[in-house]
Amino acid sequence: MIRLEPRRQHSQKMVYLSPLLAIFLTLITGGIIFAFMGKDPIEALYTFFIMPINNAYGVGELFVKATPLVIIAVGLAMGFRANVWNIGAEGQLTMGAIFGGGLALAFYDSTSMFLLPGMFILAALGGAMWAAIPAWLRTRFNANEILTSLMLTYVATLILSYLVYGPWRNPEGFSFPESRPFPDAALLPIIYDGTRVHLGAVFALLIVAGGWVLLTKSVVGFQLRVVGQAPQAARHVGFRQKRMVWFTLLLSGGLSGLAGLFEVAGPIGQLQPSISPGYGFTAIIVAFLGRLHPIGILFAGLVMALTYLGGELAQIGLGLPSAVTGLFQGILLFFLLACDVLTKYRVRFGAVNKSGEAA
Amino acid sequence: MKARFMKRTAAALAAVGALALGMGAAQAADPLKVGFVYVGPVGDFGYSYQHDQGRKAVEEKFGDKVKTTFVESVPEGADAERVIRQLAQTGNDLIFTTSFGFMNPTIKVAKQFPNVKFEHATGYKRADNVATYAARFYEGRYVAGVIAGKMTKSNIIGYVGSFPIPEVVRGINSFMRGAWSVNPDVKVKIVWVNSWYDPGKEGDAAKALIDQGADIMVQHTDSPAPLQVAENRGIKGFGQASDMIKFAPKAQMTAIVDHWDKYYIDRVQAVMDGTWKSEDTWDGLKEGMVHMAPFTNMPDDVAALAKETEDKIASGDIKIFAGPIYDQAGELRVKEGEVAPDEMLLGMDWYIKGIDAELPK
Amino acid sequence: MDWIVPFILTVITASTPLLLAATGELITEKSGVLNLGVEGMMLIGAIAGFAITASTGSATLGIMAAALAGMATSLVFAFLTLTLMANQVATGLALTIFGVGISALVGSGFVGFAIDPLPALNIPVIRDIPVIGPILFGQDFLVYFSIFMVLASGWFLTRTRAGLILKAVGDSHDSAHAIGYNVIRIRYMATLFGGAMSGLGGAYLSLAYTPMWAENMTAGRGWIALALVVFATWRPGRLLGGAYMFGCISVLQLHAQSAGINVPSQFMSMLPYLATVVVLVIISSDYTKIRLNAPACIGKAFRPAQ
Repeated sequence: MIRLEPRRQHSQKMVYLSPLLAIFLTLITGGIIFAFMGKDPIEALYTFFIMPINNAYGVGELFVKATPLVIIAVGLAMGFRANVWNIGAEGQLTMGAIFGGGLALAFYDSTSMFLLPGMFILAALGGAMWAAIPAWLRTRFNANEILTSLMLTYVATLILSYLVYGPWRNPEGFSFPESRPFPDAALLPIIYDGTRVHLGAVFALLIVAGGWVLLTKSVVGFQLRVVGQAPQAARHVGFRQKRMVWFTLLLSGGLSGLAGLFEVAGPIGQLQPSISPGYGFTAIIVAFLGRLHPIGILFAGLVMALTYLGGELAQIGLGLPSAVTGLFQGILLFFLLACDVLTKYRVRFGAVNKSGEAA
Repeated sequence: MKARFMKRTAAALAAVGALALGMGAAQAADPLKVGFVYVGPVGDFGYSYQHDQGRKAVEEKFGDKVKTTFVESVPEGADAERVIRQLAQTGNDLIFTTSFGFMNPTIKVAKQFPNVKFEHATGYKRADNVATYAARFYEGRYVAGVIAGKMTKSNIIGYVGSFPIPEVVRGINSFMRGAWSVNPDVKVKIVWVNSWYDPGKEGDAAKALIDQGADIMVQHTDSPAPLQVAENRGIKGFGQASDMIKFAPKAQMTAIVDHWDKYYIDRVQAVMDGTWKSEDTWDGLKEGMVHMAPFTNMPDDVAALAKETEDKIASGDIKIFAGPIYDQAGELRVKEGEVAPDEMLLGMDWYIKGIDAELPK
Repeated sequence: MDWIVPFILTVITASTPLLLAATGELITEKSGVLNLGVEGMMLIGAIAGFAITASTGSATLGIMAAALAGMATSLVFAFLTLTLMANQVATGLALTIFGVGISALVGSGFVGFAIDPLPALNIPVIRDIPVIGPILFGQDFLVYFSIFMVLASGWFLTRTRAGLILKAVGDSHDSAHAIGYNVIRIRYMATLFGGAMSGLGGAYLSLAYTPMWAENMTAGRGWIALALVVFATWRPGRLLGGAYMFGCISVLQLHAQSAGINVPSQFMSMLPYLATVVVLVIISSDYTKIRLNAPACIGKAFRPAQ
């Protein structure tokens, strides 16, 4: 019988050790799966975890892939702490791309240096606006934001589809569903030559830092931590729940919008029907893997990104179907989430000790 | 640098002791490496599945002389460029990127790897080392149209569309020209499902069309669901992308099958022979890139007419988009005695006159 | 008005997978567990049902296999979140990634297989009664089962002792524990039930709705099922209304397109989502009702104090 015993305080040691343990367990399980599929386990694991980042380009790609995940997850984490369940970040990302990208298309021959900052602002506004709908519906009509934010994701995707199939279609593109390419002035500068790492990665780091300051040094952050840990107490001391709903939804919506813009103004360079392979959903996992803390999220985002890159290389180098990479990713996440428990609890085997353990 | 990378990888593999599964064989003859990038999973039994059948045909034909690799379910966004680049980087000599959304990434990567040859499906941008290819599926749709025109009793055709892109619009126009060539009273009802692949929704769309009187089902989406619905409701229809007769033994009259085998084999051979050039290939029934599944579930005379139509398209006796062609607004698009040029077909975003539906703008 | 009967039949088949999965998730959530892995469990149910039916020729075995496979998947979730107290939201999402992968892996051998659709009840004579005959007596087993389970769940939650205990566990696990109920065991059972129902929802897709297997064939229906539970404000009766309303509008917009309505199809496709939001807003405006129904402990880990 497995039994969990609470620790008096979070084990600082386990905060660092538990992810390592999880990765160790994943390596063993993964190795067994790969061996079972007729692949050399060591080579397979090497392909998954090391090969993606054994050159500058690969490391760059890691940042490219992690950037939207981290940016969105930092915002979502604030909401999750306050029990605000925004699971429509994907839609807010799409709206950000539409708003910011729309500006780029309106000034498609511009060379102005103000274009890009303008796009940032519009993208954040677009994302925040899309998140404001669930916020308003929740605070005014008590409508559950899980449903409203999720449903609005489908709507946002369809709006983007309408635009790129219709009014925003590239007039020189033979009627294919894509916008004009953005002008150079609307593209994020590359910050390391020979890679695709763009300015968005710097923003991601700034957002992590900002999130950390907000959470640990500000009054709002204090409120967020209290609301998350003891909602009843928070209500008693007079924190206004409604204000928290608005704040966290607008923040996470705005950040998701920025993340969406960074995709279209970064590696993609135009608007097209599909701009995100579900970053808004994956970021939810990243937020929790990072224990809802900006620094943790940074690492979780990188790990998550690595598994995607590794999955592609496993297909290329080992001929493993993408199904196996999904399976493997799932297992890694299971271990990471399960081992997380070690920070709060001690594992004991054997029957309950009736005498000594009374709480 | 590329070669060195390959050697290093090979050495690493050997060091690790790759005894399993033909790793040893791969090193023997320095095979030509061919990469494929698919937008969907190979298990979609639709578009990506057909491309993968082509890849398998290449493997079968060349055996040890080639080594193929594929990456499936690659999103048409920021990820595509990395995947294509990784394929180039890991020593693939020829890379097929099989979806329109991979066009710009393919061109970008091709610039960085001038010695690698790229082939992009259904796009319009080329470079010295980027060729394009596509199939004239609309030729098959004309044949289907002829059959439908003969077979319909209600004179209403149900058409399940994915997205209003030129390829699909072209298909509708071609189908209707075929249908009207034998039956001027035919009407078409079109439903867009806004997805290439959602069996449930495709099936529901087919049901809606049947409920509104359609007795022939045509689809430009990838799953067999609309045809299954046709089978269930006792009407007839056409398969898409692959022969779907198993799913609708009583309903499928023929299917417009994508046949990439020959093209892929030819292009691989061309690279081996050193004769590969950047070209734009747009092949149809004549070259066998589009292929009609057996004509079934129809009277012999209709089957004979269908066969004759197919042969005439292949031989060039039937020119599908021969003028005069008017669009819905009544504007003359192709003059009498002329044939619509390929550029016009490529970007076709208008319905021909007589189609009673609005194209989403 | 010839199209009315077939229209209703289409709505019923479109709604049934949603209804099956949502009923399971509703019971799971009522016990205080939020399992966001519905999409993954549905896919696993879909392939399990299809694989067994295709290999044995027996749809009955297939349906049972789907329920068991869904249950087995939810057991992974339950072990992680209930025994190891991992975060429920993240684990549920990871379960979906896992389910997409493993179903594709198992399903790779079944692509392009055809099976007979699930047989309909079709009682002779009664089935031929106009209108109500085909609607009430022309369905397959899972359709009746889905409606039966909604009613049974409603009865279970309001009329049985076990149902009241389940709700107590979801509303306040500490008090339920103090009274002497085994919170973890009850949540395990509720989660497994949810898994089995999601598995059946998936099997409905691969055996009846569109009898075939293709990767990712659920196409997001697991998410809609999750949304429907919220929409129903955790009441089984409203679930029935929600699922049929969503199905009805989805099918209606296809009919409208087919009839030649001149609105961009993207806007038509938005209608079911927008309608769900609007109706939820109307339902939710009455504060007290929702508060009473939403399980207070949803998503929170429980560790019994010894």
